[in-house]
Amino acid sequence: MKARTRAAATLLTPFFVLFTAVMVVPIGYAVWLSLFSEKQSGLGFGGTETVFSGLDNYTAALGDRAFLEGFGVLLGYCLFYIPLLLAGALGLALLLDSALARARRFFQLALFLPHAVPGIIAALIWVYLYTPQLSPVVSAMEAGGIGFDFFSPEGSLPSVVNIALWEWLGYNMVIFYAALQAIDRSVLEAATVDGAGAWRIALSIKLPLIKSSLVMVGLFTVIGSLQLFTEPLILNKGTGSAVTSTWTPNMYAYTAAFDRNDYGLAAAASVLLALTAALLSFAVTRLTGRRKEKTA
Amino acid sequence: MTTSTRTTGGGKPRSRNVWLSKTAVNGALVLAVVYMLFPLVWLLTAATKDAGGLLAGNAFSFEGFDLGGNLGRLAEYNDGVYFHWYLNSLLYAGLGALVCSLVSVAAGYAFDKYDFPGKEKLFGVVLLGVLVPTTALALPMYLLASKVGIVNTFWAVFIPVLVNPFGVYLSRVFSSGYVPGEALEAARIDGAGELRIFWSIGLRMLMPGFVTVFLFQFTAIWNNFFLPLVMLSDQKLFPLSLGLYAWNSNAHAEPGFYPLVVTGSLLAVVPLVVAFVSLQRHWKAGLTAGSVK
Repeated sequence: MKARTRAAATLLTPFFVLFTAVMVVPIGYAVWLSLFSEKQSGLGFGGTETVFSGLDNYTAALGDRAFLEGFGVLLGYCLFYIPLLLAGALGLALLLDSALARARRFFQLALFLPHAVPGIIAALIWVYLYTPQLSPVVSAMEAGGIGFDFFSPEGSLPSVVNIALWEWLGYNMVIFYAALQAIDRSVLEAATVDGAGAWRIALSIKLPLIKSSLVMVGLFTVIGSLQLFTEPLILNKGTGSAVTSTWTPNMYAYTAAFDRNDYGLAAAASVLLALTAALLSFAVTRLTGRRKEKTA
Repeated sequence: MTTSTRTTGGGKPRSRNVWLSKTAVNGALVLAVVYMLFPLVWLLTAATKDAGGLLAGNAFSFEGFDLGGNLGRLAEYNDGVYFHWYLNSLLYAGLGALVCSLVSVAAGYAFDKYDFPGKEKLFGVVLLGVLVPTTALALPMYLLASKVGIVNTFWAVFIPVLVNPFGVYLSRVFSSGYVPGEALEAARIDGAGELRIFWSIGLRMLMPGFVTVFLFQFTAIWNNFFLPLVMLSDQKLFPLSLGLYAWNSNAHAEPGFYPLVVTGSLLAVVPLVVAFVSLQRHWKAGLTAGSVK
């Protein structure tokens, strides 16, 4: 018996040592740092010193319009992106799962392929496809009489949403499709015998049965959305784009640390971001957990 | 698209409707595939062009074809720094994913096969780790790394990618599916030690799970951008993602960089596409294990 406990400890130790070093300690260190500020001593001749400042960094971040606007952008992004992603991935999975679909393996692979493209490269490709001098898309749209500026203030959010959709639609589609394939076929046959059409079966039988994967995808999508950074950064570096360097909270934290060297503020912003993620994932699991009890 | 499947009449109209809806279903799927693939096709054709052809915007023609020239410039520019980045990416992703999978599989196996006090609480901590936003961690990690003095070294990018809580979760699922307890009991009766059993029986049986975790971690590290951006300033240590980003930042002032970025991007995507096409069974298994449970 003792040998087994020892073996379990040996097998778990490498993971938990790394886990502590890479996740637990940085979180603790961020919280610690967020409580300190750099102050110029005297008239600014004596260099800077680090002083305990309590929650000052948090009030500074929360009092900064740029930071709050970042959360506003994030909210707009989520309201736009999450329904499109879930509906799109679910719709495609249901189409693929319907008896009428052909060449399922090909469709799965082709739809999944963008996920193999690194996020930074996906963003580069799409920014080139948005740039009038480079893009066949923009010239085709212009030929069709549609003038849309992907870098304008109104255009930036759809531009970023489109890149994220392109990267994640197929990935989540495969998850939903796998869950749909796991449904017991006799349930579906029984419904067909009872006279239910394909549309009815999809909505009232298939959808409730794959709810746990819907919740999981929703949860990971929310957490992923909060981290929005790479795609807008590429747009920000593009010329004439309306995306600012503090467009999302993550970009705000990055700018605070590396442009302003204000580590306390950057740490506070990171902690607030992580807290938001924790609260949201708690809310999502709580809400869906309760509903599950009701139906069970 | 939906009305056609709702018909209840028999005979002829029904079969026509089925044909119609078959076209609608597959047509919609084809449209989705076109949306997914045309940026990749553009990347492929754009990589064959010189700067002039690229800026002419006629992407799907072969105007200004100069693939050889682009590859040559890619190899020459800055003493072939691009292929240095390529090797770095292979090293970070290959070695990192290998160690990470081993660590994850060992932990997942231990969670599945052994009972010890506080097990489920500890597993709960792992699941919490899945939910921590990694980019919110990158900045504190940078500050910590600068305290320890490893900023702008190989280790600053390498150590953080060895941890993947979701890999532990997947490994536990795989272990309960692939490794029967009887096999372990038989080995115990033969007098094998516990670690020996893991190494020569458990790990062997868990190989498909190992490959799955490896594949996902390899992709994640290959695609990793935020962490290297924060940690590295020495070009010699850059992975591909960061190098291409740096080149792209120059491209607005110097259009000669466009072909370098585009051709470099194409070459950077190739290994992942090959891996996903040839290892379909594994990524599907990984996604399924994550979703059905």
